[in-house]
Amino acid sequence: MKKDIIIDLKNIDVSYGENKILDNISLYIRDKEFITLLGPSGCGKTTTLRVIAGFTQPDCGDVIFNGKKINDLPPYKRQVNTIFQKYALFPHLNVFENIAFGLRLKKKSDKEIKERVAEMLELVNLKGFSKRNIDSLSGGQQQRVAIARALANDPKVLLLDEPLAALDLKLRKDMQVELKNIQQKLGITFIFVTHDQEEALSMSDTVVVMDNGVIQQIGTPQDIYNEPKNAFVADFIGESNILDGVMKEDFRARFSGHTFQCLDKGFGTGEAVDVVIRPEDIVVTTPDKGMISGTVTSVTFKGVHYEIIVDIRGFKWMIQSIHEQKVGDEIGLVIEPDSIHIMKKSIYSGKFGDYSSFSDEIDHLSDIEEEE
Amino acid sequence: MEKKTLSAKLLASPHIVWSVLFIIAPLIMVAYYSFTNADGNFTLENIKALSDYKEVFLNSIWYGIVATLICLVIAYPTAYFIARSKARVQSTMIMLVMLPMWTSLIVRTYSIMSLIENTGIINSFIQKLGFEPIQMINTSGAVILGMVYDFLPFMILPIYSVLTKLDNKLVEAAHDLGADKITVLTKVVLPLSRSGILSGITMVFVPSVSTFYISQKLGGGNFALVGEIIEGQFVTSNNFNLGASLSLVLMVLILICMAVMNHFSGDEEESSGGLMP
Repeated sequence: MKKDIIIDLKNIDVSYGENKILDNISLYIRDKEFITLLGPSGCGKTTTLRVIAGFTQPDCGDVIFNGKKINDLPPYKRQVNTIFQKYALFPHLNVFENIAFGLRLKKKSDKEIKERVAEMLELVNLKGFSKRNIDSLSGGQQQRVAIARALANDPKVLLLDEPLAALDLKLRKDMQVELKNIQQKLGITFIFVTHDQEEALSMSDTVVVMDNGVIQQIGTPQDIYNEPKNAFVADFIGESNILDGVMKEDFRARFSGHTFQCLDKGFGTGEAVDVVIRPEDIVVTTPDKGMISGTVTSVTFKGVHYEIIVDIRGFKWMIQSIHEQKVGDEIGLVIEPDSIHIMKKSIYSGKFGDYSSFSDEIDHLSDIEEEE
Repeated sequence: MEKKTLSAKLLASPHIVWSVLFIIAPLIMVAYYSFTNADGNFTLENIKALSDYKEVFLNSIWYGIVATLICLVIAYPTAYFIARSKARVQSTMIMLVMLPMWTSLIVRTYSIMSLIENTGIINSFIQKLGFEPIQMINTSGAVILGMVYDFLPFMILPIYSVLTKLDNKLVEAAHDLGADKITVLTKVVLPLSRSGILSGITMVFVPSVSTFYISQKLGGGNFALVGEIIEGQFVTSNNFNLGASLSLVLMVLILICMAVMNHFSGDEEESSGGLMP
């Protein structure tokens, strides 16, 4: 086993009654790594975190910490600390006592506690808040207290359960940067749970994409975005057009009535595949110059770019372009070989990737739902 | 402060009328009777006469404290257990706690009597086994038992209501920070259920101190509590003035007790639940 692995989950199963929440999860986490568990509500990411923290007992499988099996170790004996979704600060204690809670249990001297709390308050930019009541703090400040309270114990691993979900967008962006800075400064392992793919991509060293209690893909943010393993990952991370295609031979794929050059090989000749094309990789041109062409059905201005939906042979493509198009116009599309990513067929094939029923609102609604 | 609208005033009016008629007016009458004699002239005689009842007052407060403490010791674990149970178990258990409150206090006290009388259910059973009967009724223990039995639900319910609202995430957070089960209880759960404990204590202590029925039926008149004396002044001696002054002093004593308790348990925190502020 590699030396720098701090947590190793081996074949973890968790079920509540009939429901299988985690299905054979195996995952190792390196020391000092920022790893994100990413997935939609109910995918099992929070449960995975609870297994590591010790709040949930796996039905089977091993939890290894620093080379030792800790399945039966209660949470208060584990060298991990958690930042809870709604912070779970103690309302009967002030900021100082909240942060000092773990230190007092360790029977540290008053002087030591004072120094440590002051250090933590400085780290999270809350100097001078120590006497304040928890109720008098804003959401962002409570978040900082929760971070300070967890870090005061000097954990080997910090578990973060959607810590930014309750903050507004601007504050969330700031906290993302700050958390990343804290992690690098302290050099401890962060295990971060979120359903926000942007958050996952911008903060993590490693992203673990989960759905239905199963790990779909583990990789760097670049891997996950550029080389998604299946239609679920491609759809969940960013926008993507996912089409049915057939591999003619290595480096040649046929979809949407045209045979394209691509960079993928190793599939069987004539094998049915899923083809992913990111909306920002498509070049818009006139119909006669395009490899394929279709009719614009909707155009939305997004600030940085226009979001254009084009109907090509019944499939609605999404294109992100800085040039405006008119609804009803014919346009042609050019797709370069390095813009095409070929995936093997999976249980998710055909479920995602068409923008015919696309609506921002529905997307947004499913985002708000929280995992409980 | 925001201005109250006309509709808000109208909506509040039934409550105001009720308060004036049934709370404020009787209090004024009690105060009036306390400081007048039978002819309606001002006098301090009633207040002076109270020194004869010093022991009765102390006795009542002592009984109230003992009954309240026993209730607390029984009620807290019970409420904690109920609050941690599954939702269906919870509603059944709470039903069982409330069920006795649907019958009148008098009936409940009589049922205790029939249990512990010299010829009651327990003693006849003991005798059938060939033992001597035990004197249970007309003892101080019987009075305390009656108080605990009659007022226990008033302790369980407010504590339960606070404990169910307690966020389990706080318990997990404490575990996460290194607290074992007992530390979680003393450092997190108990402090956070204080408002429930305080309202429970109030709701048991006040009726225990002022009860007359329980000590009459279960104490056999051997343990004069102030409630009994007050009842006697109004019902048998027909001395409304002395009865009123006794009531007034009892009321003041109870208020002092509650104030002392609130002070010592710290009052900087807002009450987060319970049935009373």
